[in-house]
Amino acid sequence: MSQEVKKERPAPDPNSAKYKLNAIAMKAYADAQAAKDRGELIGWCSSNFPVEIPETLGIAVCYPENQAAAIAARGAGAKMCEISEADGYSNDICAYARISLAYAKIKDAPEQNMPQPDFMLCCNNICNCMIKWYENLAKELNIPMIMIDIPFNPDYEVSDAEVEYIKAQFWDAIHQLEEITGKKWSDEKYKEVMEYSGRTSRAWLAATSCAKYTPSPFNGFDLLNHMAVMVTARGKVEAADAMETLLKEYEENHATGKSTFREEEKHRIMFEGIACWPWLRATSTGLKSRGINMVTTIYADAFGFIYKDFDDMCRAYAKVPNAINLELARDKRVKLCKENHVEGLLVHTNRSCKLWSGFMYEMSRQIGETCNIPVASFDGDQADPRNFSEAQYDTRVQGLTEIMEANKGV
Amino acid sequence: MIYTLGIDIGSTTSKGMILKDGSDEVASSIVLAGTGTAGPKMLMEQLYEQSGLKPEDIAFTIVTGYGRKTFQEADDQLSELTCHSKGVSFLFPQVRTVIDIGGQDAKVLALNDQGKMTNFIMNDKCAAGTGRFLDVMAQILQLKIGDLEKEAEKADNPAKISSTCTVFAESEVISQLAMGVDMPNLVAGICQSVASRVAGLAKRIGIHEQVCMSGGVAQNGGVRQALQNELGVPILYSEQAQLMGALGAALYAYERVMNK
Repeated sequence: MSQEVKKERPAPDPNSAKYKLNAIAMKAYADAQAAKDRGELIGWCSSNFPVEIPETLGIAVCYPENQAAAIAARGAGAKMCEISEADGYSNDICAYARISLAYAKIKDAPEQNMPQPDFMLCCNNICNCMIKWYENLAKELNIPMIMIDIPFNPDYEVSDAEVEYIKAQFWDAIHQLEEITGKKWSDEKYKEVMEYSGRTSRAWLAATSCAKYTPSPFNGFDLLNHMAVMVTARGKVEAADAMETLLKEYEENHATGKSTFREEEKHRIMFEGIACWPWLRATSTGLKSRGINMVTTIYADAFGFIYKDFDDMCRAYAKVPNAINLELARDKRVKLCKENHVEGLLVHTNRSCKLWSGFMYEMSRQIGETCNIPVASFDGDQADPRNFSEAQYDTRVQGLTEIMEANKGV
Repeated sequence: MIYTLGIDIGSTTSKGMILKDGSDEVASSIVLAGTGTAGPKMLMEQLYEQSGLKPEDIAFTIVTGYGRKTFQEADDQLSELTCHSKGVSFLFPQVRTVIDIGGQDAKVLALNDQGKMTNFIMNDKCAAGTGRFLDVMAQILQLKIGDLEKEAEKADNPAKISSTCTVFAESEVISQLAMGVDMPNLVAGICQSVASRVAGLAKRIGIHEQVCMSGGVAQNGGVRQALQNELGVPILYSEQAQLMGALGAALYAYERVMNK
């Protein structure tokens, strides 16, 4: 009987963007654990909280959303959800929240551990369910919660009044954190963080915009991995360096005709919604096997923040995708579709995210009409594996493919 | 003469059609057993027996439906979305909207003036608004699925079945029975419930006339009538509604042969 020969993978190049980005993502958890071990106070932080604040203050934070995604992608989503459901949390609420609440209770998940928090940092610009999730964590763990309210903006622009409202809260959060941790705000340090955050964001957005090339120099699913650094470390110099490397690699790929999308790129689509982490391989393979490259997603660009000063930073945080009105949100997506030569739209109707999935009914219709592209949607969940059917996903993707082929006269 | 075969293996039934020269039906059959059963094998036997043809006489076979991935005897596979569009537009060239309600899903397909699908929308994972919903309801009422239409026709005051979940609707129907609601009104309410769920989908993608129903549930006049009322447009329907996917597959198979 022949023995299975395992192919040895080449050692990763430590100068590659992939290596650097993975190292930063892992180091974020290690740094937080090290800070905790030194006796420093650490926080749990929502993904679109102004990371510049803890970064400037030198406070280590962890990101429950990021952790829940990692736990779900590594196969423990259902186990964790069932723990919080047994505690009385409805399976109608966000699966990130259920995983996070379970983790706060059992305090161990080999799939992705992180230190327990001493305070919570919550910002509702990307999600309103987060307020109750964080409040419950704060109550269960008996720790303070700092809340920044960035209301949904029905207008196309961010008004000066809204900037003032947000700025006052940012300063209040800074003062509360100074009091809780004993660390002091420094304008000099803030300038440095702002510079790194700007460099990281500019490089990230330039890298994602390389999908304008045909074929795209990258597989869009790469963005879902790389964006972990945008969530957790965008204010760090290493992140700026890694993102600039990523941009350079994508430009080089384009120049040399290479791509991290290993198949022939037959079709290009935009993916809408948070990734279906428990079924990432199934959702990715369903596209790749048909030569479909998911070249763009608003979800990735959502974590690039470009601003010039503190006021402008407040404005930038009021413009994250789920805080803006349908017309502006639609126009941003239409721009991505047009710039990146998108031929179809695949929408993840995400059971966990009622807000995002709710407005997509109408928005996807408008995007489809404006860009003259077919739209298909599938049911799934960002972290609860029980809300996905592979066969149903496959039929929808095949239907979308057949329309795109027919449009090209294939 | 060129014979092509279209097979549509659904969740509850297997359907097939053999065409001669891409237009004339030579054989067709429906077996009440779907993917994962002996249904597809029985279907093939029936088609060959009916037509007098042998497997080697078939120039090209396309399989569609939920069982398309596991059926090994076809030359290629296509989604049921594309095949239903093709089948319906072959019989009704003026149709621009197809409403296909099958065993476990409901689909609304938008067609262009060449009969090509340009967009589609499907129900979510829930079985409400599908053939399975009607199966469950018929079982509770101890009726045959084919009797639902006759019962619905006699209704004068259709009951309101408001639950969108099949399981909850089941208990709602049982409690209405217990309250003395008569059979015709209960059946009409059930048909109305399916129609209103599907109409919601259809309105999201946009209704463009002509509208045609395909799939097994299209044979239920109660649902057809209720859907017509909901949408406010006439709904075309073929006696062979359940075979539209197989017909479309056989037509695509013929195109493949001609384009070789």
